Amino acid sequence: MTSPAVARPFAEPMSPRRARAVPWASVAAASALTAVPVIASVPLMPPAGLLMLLGWRLLARFSLRPWAAAPLGFWDDLVSGQPLGSAVLLWSLCFIAIETVENRMVFRAFWHDWLIAGAASALCLVGGRLIAVPWAAPLGALLAAQVVATVLCFPLAARAVAWIDRRRGPHA
Amino acid sequence: MAPVRDRRTGFSRRRQYGVFLGYVLAVAGVVVGAALLVLSAFEPPLFAGLRMAAATITTPVSSVLAAGGRAVAGVPAAIGDHFAVHARNREMTAQLKAQAQVLTRARVIAYDNRRLRALLALRDRMQTPVVTARLVSSTATSGRRFALLNAGHFAGVRPGMPVLGPTGLVGRIVETGPNAARVLLVVDPESIVPVRRTRDGAPAIAAGRGDGSLDIRSVYTTNLRFRPGDLFVTSGTGGLYAPGVPVARVMRPGTDTVAARPFSTPDTLDFATVEQPFMPIPVEPGR
Repeated sequence: MTSPAVARPFAEPMSPRRARAVPWASVAAASALTAVPVIASVPLMPPAGLLMLLGWRLLARFSLRPWAAAPLGFWDDLVSGQPLGSAVLLWSLCFIAIETVENRMVFRAFWHDWLIAGAASALCLVGGRLIAVPWAAPLGALLAAQVVATVLCFPLAARAVAWIDRRRGPHA
Repeated sequence: MAPVRDRRTGFSRRRQYGVFLGYVLAVAGVVVGAALLVLSAFEPPLFAGLRMAAATITTPVSSVLAAGGRAVAGVPAAIGDHFAVHARNREMTAQLKAQAQVLTRARVIAYDNRRLRALLALRDRMQTPVVTARLVSSTATSGRRFALLNAGHFAGVRPGMPVLGPTGLVGRIVETGPNAARVLLVVDPESIVPVRRTRDGAPAIAAGRGDGSLDIRSVYTTNLRFRPGDLFVTSGTGGLYAPGVPVARVMRPGTDTVAARPFSTPDTLDFATVEQPFMPIPVEPGR
């Protein structure tokens, strides 16, 4: 596949301000996917906002500031139905965890990114469930199914991130 | 992938401080998140305004998408109806004939009921619907089971009002915005509805499990036996839900606590009716 820069060599690159805003907007839009008109009686939908966030963080390290997880998590909490603060806390923890892993694991392939994203999303889902739901509620099997769905959806999020990142231009 | 070696900040103090501040803010995010969680644990309605402001934006979008979905979902049904109309007609004529006798008996019973209630001087509370609207979206990623209704306090919807579907109880309103309201579904793990068994009036509590089903818990001290097919309707205890609204059906036998399936599985195709609380919410003295 040819990149847009090759297809249109004389096109203006995206303005720096827009290129910085696009990752934020894409994560916020993915969080807002809970607005799809479905009344789910079981929680199985993968958290799309979290997947996009992890995608940006792992594939395009400098697209988001280290503190971006908290405000984006705040927006996610407003639309996800979780108690306010749960994604702020868990997403920030994910960013810090990824930062420490990145210092140790310098050479990474996509498989490593997938593994890291899987661990991070499992942490967020299990943590979010423990925060939101009384501990007596029987949710083990459903939670496992949601974690599996989320892990399997990460390559899609990575594709979306890569697609958007290509359009942001080489200097963004 | 090769390592990104741009962690180095060079000799620029400005850049060094900038990077350092970034990490400080990242840790501050964790602290702020924890503080917000504590706040929302102790004072859940605190952030209702913010949440409903977000819902004010998302609800119209969901409504439009749901309307589109209904139009698409209606096409196969319309085609099926076109071809099956004769068979359906025969079937329904037969059904009507079979039910004529039951209907007559029901009319007699209804008349008797009205007469006897008049004799007892029972005053029935008339349930007047506040508004009929649609549930347009839900919290599909979270363990909590909330749905958004596309009518808010402009339509007279207030927190605490019960929400009924065509087949049974859907839940109750917990937060309202101008054009949207958040509904706590009966299957939410923190939803509790007082119910009674239709067969003998045995009181119980229907608590959500969070996995699409309900727990029916006996409130008797003696152990209550549940049979599959036992129907539970709201009892009116607590004054929120009007008595007699279908809630759940028991799936397998058990004692004390059994799993039950809710009557209404809300979807975006059906209407939901918001009603006044069965008893008016008492006004606190001093207000």
